[in-house]
Amino acid sequence: MMKTLVLMEHDGTTLRPGSGSAIGFARELSEDITVLLLGKSLEVIATEAAQYAPVLTADHEALTATVADRWAHLIAEVAQDQNAELIVATSATWAKDIVGRAAGLLGGAMASEVIGHEIVNGELRLCRPMFAGAINATLVLEGSPKIITVCPSAYEAPEPTETPFPIEPVAIDASTLPSDTRFESLDCKIGARPDVTEARIVVSGGRAFKSSEDFEQHVGGLADQLGAAAGSSRALVDAGITPNSLQVGQTGKIVAPELYLALGISGAVQHLAGMKNSRVIAAINQDPDAPIFEFADYGLVGDVYEEVPRLTQELNSR
Amino acid sequence: MKIFVPCKRVPDPDQKLRLNADATDIDASALTFILNPFDAIAVEEALRIRETTHPEAEIIAVSISPPEGEADLRTALAMGADRALLIEHEGSIDPWNVARLLAAVIQKEQPSLVLMGKQAVDDDANQVGQSLAAQLGWPQATFASQIEFTDNGMRIHRETDLGIEIIHVVLPAVVTADLRLNEPRYASLPSILKAKKKPTEHITPTELGIKPEPRIRLLGMELVNSKRTCEKVTTATDLLIKLREAEVIE
Repeated sequence: MMKTLVLMEHDGTTLRPGSGSAIGFARELSEDITVLLLGKSLEVIATEAAQYAPVLTADHEALTATVADRWAHLIAEVAQDQNAELIVATSATWAKDIVGRAAGLLGGAMASEVIGHEIVNGELRLCRPMFAGAINATLVLEGSPKIITVCPSAYEAPEPTETPFPIEPVAIDASTLPSDTRFESLDCKIGARPDVTEARIVVSGGRAFKSSEDFEQHVGGLADQLGAAAGSSRALVDAGITPNSLQVGQTGKIVAPELYLALGISGAVQHLAGMKNSRVIAAINQDPDAPIFEFADYGLVGDVYEEVPRLTQELNSR
Repeated sequence: MKIFVPCKRVPDPDQKLRLNADATDIDASALTFILNPFDAIAVEEALRIRETTHPEAEIIAVSISPPEGEADLRTALAMGADRALLIEHEGSIDPWNVARLLAAVIQKEQPSLVLMGKQAVDDDANQVGQSLAAQLGWPQATFASQIEFTDNGMRIHRETDLGIEIIHVVLPAVVTADLRLNEPRYASLPSILKAKKKPTEHITPTELGIKPEPRIRLLGMELVNSKRTCEKVTTATDLLIKLREAEVIE
């Protein structure tokens, strides 16, 4: 039974969407799971996390903002103190920043963005994408603790329990924490729509959209009609049309919703890496030879500026 | 100011990949290799630092690769790096051991800034910058989209899932470049020729006192192909009908 520490991301108020995937993965490997939360004034978030496993809270003024060197230092300390053999988090920019650093302090046996696993002769085999998802590699981590970030679309959060697990604080000596990094500000771009990694339906827009207003009207409008998340290709983020938190792809977020609707997206390998495991993929694109159609179940050749309003209108009229 | 730019040699992502006979690695024999695109962004940012705030800056490109990897260090030199270091290593190497080798060279050379890509587009691990910063005990600023110097360090704009975060780090520090930090320049023909005369030093892990201790054992690889066949429809109405049949919308 591997002693397991699960790191859960929160935004200061509530657990982040997808953070439960790490619990889902950990439960398949171990019954000895502890959640570690870091931050300031964690009471409410800890109660939320205690629905899944016993919780340790590192609650301190010095941890108010997420600062990689401090947080990783503390994660490594708690992991050693707990004799953790497995450390798991859901892959996101937060985890990439902090868990990657913690791994550097804990011996480096780390695999990121894991999408599957099996145990063969007692050995934990992990599957993860490489080369923009063109290849799935199977690997074994050598050494302990094993540090793993999981792709949120690959593992589901378990059902919360009715009787909450206990919550316990971690003792913190703030004088030992690194102090060379200072948080200054966060321009939070989290909108009212669901996160792309969480939504059942993702409506995604690409290069065909020429402005933020057009994107909002067409992609945003259709997403709202379907209760979906709005996503985007890299081209629109580069052009400043959409914020980077919407980017789906190799360097953005990897999603696998029930339905992925690709609007005006050509289907570069880097984008396909982020969405090709969706259950159903539908695409609208003006170019009949766009690679996106090779990865779609349904395709409509046409101009998104004409076809998307038709979709929205028809959904609206029902 | 000395700026270190780790440069990884990766297969050009616009090629079709094949596996070797026992499916344990890619078949590299017919592939062309390039400088990892994120590392090219890091080289570009180092050049801009030298061109604007720090004209005295020395830019050192460093790579871990077989001796023929020198070709891709030449890309960094042609863009404008001053000199190059090549740590000789055959075969694949995991992020932790890459960071160990880099940390050893860095302790020898004492740069005040390490600028590198946030991930390499071959293994997509996104770990080396973080692991390196941890091993050196330096602050880190990952996923940088904008940087500026302050009296004792740097102010960095970071691309996070929540939005743009601004942090300040004291130097020395490790900064990893995201896509939107800049658009790398192309090397001109004269600078490509000039790069051939720039010094490239070869070092072995043994000379650095490092024996790689693998943390990842690769068992196999599998090519991922699309298993879908696209059913084309001609109207938005038909598309909705299909999506309802597939029970993905109401």
